Amino acid sequence: MHDINVVDLSRLQFALTALYHFLFVPLTLGLSFLLAAMETVYVTTGKPIYREITQFWSKLFLINFALGVATGLTMEFEFGTNWSFYSSFVGDIFGAPLAIEGLMAFFLEATFIGLMVFGWKRLKRGQHLAVTYMVAFGSNLSALWILIANSFMQTPTGASFNPVTMRMELSSLTELIFNHDAQAKFVHTSIAGYVTGAIFVAGVSAWYLLKRRHVELARRSFRMAVLFGVLATAGVITLGDALGFIGGQAQPTKLAAMEGLWKSEPAPMPFNLVAFPSQKDQVNRGQLQVPYALSLLVTHSMDGTVPGVDRLELDAIARIRNGIPAVAALQSLSAAPGDAAALATFHAHEKDLGYGFLVQRYAADVTQATDAQIATAARETIPQVAPIFWSFRVMVLMGLLMLAYFVLAVIYSMRNNIEHQRWFLKIAVWMIPVPFLACEMGWLVAELGRQPWTVYGMLPTWMSASTHGVGYMIFSLVGFVGLYTAFIIAEMYLMVRAIRIGPDASHAGEGAGPITDTSQAARLAGYAQEA
Amino acid sequence: MDTYALLQITWWLLLGVLLIGLAVMVGMDMGVGTILRYVGRTDLERRVALNIIGPHWEGNQVWFVLGGGAVFAAFPLIYATAFSGFYVVMMLLLWSMIMRPLGFEYRSKLPSEAWRNTWDWALLVSGLVPMVVFGAAFGNLFHGAPFHFSWNLTSTYTGSFLGLLNPFAILCGLLSAALSVFMGAVTVMNGAEGVIHARARTLARVSSVLAIVLFAIGGFWVRGMQGFVLTSSPAAGIAQTPLQQNVSLVDGAWFANFQAHPVLWLVPALGFAGMLLGLLAAGARRSHLAWWLGAVAWLGVIGTAGTALFPFLLPSSSMPAQSLTVWNSSSSQLTLTWMVGFAAVFVPLVVWYTSWAFYVMRGKVKAEHVSADEHAY
Repeated sequence: MHDINVVDLSRLQFALTALYHFLFVPLTLGLSFLLAAMETVYVTTGKPIYREITQFWSKLFLINFALGVATGLTMEFEFGTNWSFYSSFVGDIFGAPLAIEGLMAFFLEATFIGLMVFGWKRLKRGQHLAVTYMVAFGSNLSALWILIANSFMQTPTGASFNPVTMRMELSSLTELIFNHDAQAKFVHTSIAGYVTGAIFVAGVSAWYLLKRRHVELARRSFRMAVLFGVLATAGVITLGDALGFIGGQAQPTKLAAMEGLWKSEPAPMPFNLVAFPSQKDQVNRGQLQVPYALSLLVTHSMDGTVPGVDRLELDAIARIRNGIPAVAALQSLSAAPGDAAALATFHAHEKDLGYGFLVQRYAADVTQATDAQIATAARETIPQVAPIFWSFRVMVLMGLLMLAYFVLAVIYSMRNNIEHQRWFLKIAVWMIPVPFLACEMGWLVAELGRQPWTVYGMLPTWMSASTHGVGYMIFSLVGFVGLYTAFIIAEMYLMVRAIRIGPDASHAGEGAGPITDTSQAARLAGYAQEA
Repeated sequence: MDTYALLQITWWLLLGVLLIGLAVMVGMDMGVGTILRYVGRTDLERRVALNIIGPHWEGNQVWFVLGGGAVFAAFPLIYATAFSGFYVVMMLLLWSMIMRPLGFEYRSKLPSEAWRNTWDWALLVSGLVPMVVFGAAFGNLFHGAPFHFSWNLTSTYTGSFLGLLNPFAILCGLLSAALSVFMGAVTVMNGAEGVIHARARTLARVSSVLAIVLFAIGGFWVRGMQGFVLTSSPAAGIAQTPLQQNVSLVDGAWFANFQAHPVLWLVPALGFAGMLLGLLAAGARRSHLAWWLGAVAWLGVIGTAGTALFPFLLPSSSMPAQSLTVWNSSSSQLTLTWMVGFAAVFVPLVVWYTSWAFYVMRGKVKAEHVSADEHAY
C-alpha cells in the first residue's frame, strides 16, 4: 500500500525538477526560432553583422540548452522511478507520445545542433541555415509531443480501460493527438517560449545599449526581438484565453480553483479580481469583484455559468458512489478473469472507476466505505484554491505587463530613438526574469489544478506513486537539490560571463572566407556599407 | 502466427535494435569520457579527444532517451517495474548522465585548470557509471529481481541496492564498460593523430581482450545458473497479465533456446568474432573497420542476452510466477501497431541524417584547430 508521505515527497520532487527543467525550455523554444530568423536575415542580405548576431546569441543559447537537455532526462526517469503505477496504468497511451518525441523531434534537434555549432566552416550558408531551422523545428516539435502527453493527463481522450489487462489502453491515436487541450496548450506554451526568447534578447541588448557597447549588434537584435515579442505576447494571451475556455469545460474543479469560486451563482457571474481563499471554510476572506466579467471570460457569453465548489463536491459524491461497484467488480475480475457478472457490473459503472479509486485511499475495501469517507474523498477532488488562484493572477498580470512593454519597445525601436530612452532600457534589463516567472506560474496553475488526479477523473495521484519508503525519497531529493543548485550556479555564472565578454570573442581565430574577415577595420567597413 | 504475438516479437526485436543503437552510439561517447584523462595528458590533448565527438554526442545521446521511451511505450510494465525497483541505481545513473551535457558544454568555457579538471572527472564518472549500470542491469535479468504485484498490478520491490551489485552483475557491468572503452578508443583513433592516437590504440587492444575474456566467463557462469522456464500461461498473443502464469526454475535453462535452435549459436559467435577481429583491426590501425566490428560485438553480446532470456524480459526472483515476459508486459495491439509505423518511418530517417552529420564532420581533429575555434569544446 502507498505511504502518503512518499506520495507527497514524490510530488514535491517531480514539481521541483519539472519547474527547474521548465526554466530552460522556454528560452530554448524561443531563442531557436530567433536564431533562425537572424540567420535568415544574414543569408538573404549577406550582411556580416547578422552572422555576428547569430553566432553571439547561439553561444548564449547553448549554455542554456545544455542544462535543458540534462534536466529533461530527469523527467523521463521520474515517471518510472517515482510514478510506477501511473506508468504501467497509462503507459500504453502515455508512452507513445514520449517515444515519438524522441524519434521525430529530439533526434532532429540534437543531431543538427552539433552541426549548428561545429558546421559554420563546413557547410554552405544555405545548408547551415537549414540546419538552424531543423534545430528550431525539432525543439518545437518536441514541445508538441510532450504537451500531447500532458494533455492526456489533463483531459484524457482516445483511451479506455481494459479490465483484462487492468490498465488504460489506447483506443484512437488521432483522438489522443488532436485533443483540443493539446492544441491550445501547445500553441500557448511554445509562444510563451518565443516571448521568453524575445525578452531575453531585448534585455541583454538593452544592457549593451546602456553601456554603449556593441551598439550596432544590440540595436538590431533589440528590434528583431521586440517585433517577434509583441506578436508572440498577443498570441500567448489569445491562446491563454482559448485554453481557459477549453480547460474550463473539461476541468471544472481547476476552473473553480483558478477563480476562487466556492458557491455556484446565477449568470452573469462576477469575476474575483482579488480574493483570499480559505480552503478549510470554503469561502473567500475579502474579495474585489468585477460584475459580469466571469461569465464573459470563461463562457464568452453573458448568460453562461460555471459550477462552484459546492456543486462540484455534490457531483463528486454521486460519482464516487457510482464508482465503488466498478472497483469491487475489478477486484473480482482480477481473481477470476472469466467472471461474466463482474464484467457486466464493471461496464455499468466503468465511467466512474477513477472516483471509486479516490475513496480507496480511505477504505481499502471500497464496499465498506462510510458516508464520512466518501465525503472526505469528495472534498479532496477540489484542488488547493489559494495557490492556483494566485499563480493564475500573477501569470496573467505578467502577460499584460509584457504586452505593454513590447508595444512601447516597438514604438521606440521604430522611431530609432531607443538608445535615448535610458529609463526604458533599464526596465528592459529588469524585464528578463518576468517571462520565466510567468512560465513557472503557468505550470503551477496547470498541474496544481489537475490535483487530486494524475489523469483527470481516471487515476488519483495517491495511487500513481511507486511503493517506496520515505528513505529513498529523501535520498533522491537531497541529491537533486545538491546537484541542481551547483548546476544553476555554474549556468548563471557562465551566462553572465558570456554576456559581459560580449560578441567580440567570437572573432578570435575565425578565418574562413571573406565574410569572416575579422579585422576591426573590415567590420567597420561592413557596417558602413550596410548603412 | 497471431498478429498481436507477431507485433510483440517485432517490438522485442526493435527494442534490441534500439538498445544496440544505444550501446554503440552512447557507449562510444561514454567510452571517450572514460578514457579522456588517459588519452589526453594535457588540456589541449583532452580537448582534441572531446572535439572528436563534440558535434555528435548530443544526437547520440538521444538513443538513450529513445531506449527509455521505447520501453515505456512498448513494454510499460517493464519500464514501471524496473525503474521503480532499481530506484537507487536509477538515480545514480541519472545523476551521472545529467553531468554529461554540462561536461561537454561548460568545460572549456573557463580557462581555470581546476574548473576543467573537475569537468574531466565528471565526464569520466558520467561515462563509466552509466555503462557499468547498463551491463549490470542486464546481469540482474539473469538472476531476476525481487518484485511482485498486487491485484491491480501495483508493483512492490523487496530487494536492496546492494543486492543488485552481485558478482555476475558486476561481471556484466565490466563487460559493458570494456566494450564502451573499446568503442571510445577506436573513435579517438579515428579522429586523432600522433600520441593521442597511440594511447587510444593501446586501450582499444586492452579493452577488446578484456571483453573477450569477460564474455567467455559470463557464458560459463550462465550455464551453471538456474534459468526460468514458463510452464503454463495464456497463449502467446492473448492479452494477459503476469498474474496468470506458472514459472519454474531449472538449472542451465538459459541455454534452452540455443539448444532448441542451434543456429542461434551464431549470435554469441558474432559477439566473439566482433571482439576478436576488432582487436586485430585496432592493432592494424584500421580504426574505421574496428569501429564497425565493435558494433558487431555489441550486436552479438546484447543479442546473446536477449536470446537466452526470451520470452522473459524481467524475471521475478521473489515470485517467479509473476515474471515479466514479452507476452504479459507489452502494450496493446493498437499502440504496438502505431509504434511500429513510426519506427519504420523515423528510424531510417534518423540513421540517414545522422550519417550525413558524420559525413560533414569527417576527418581528423587537429590541435591547432581546436585552440583557434571558439565554438570548440
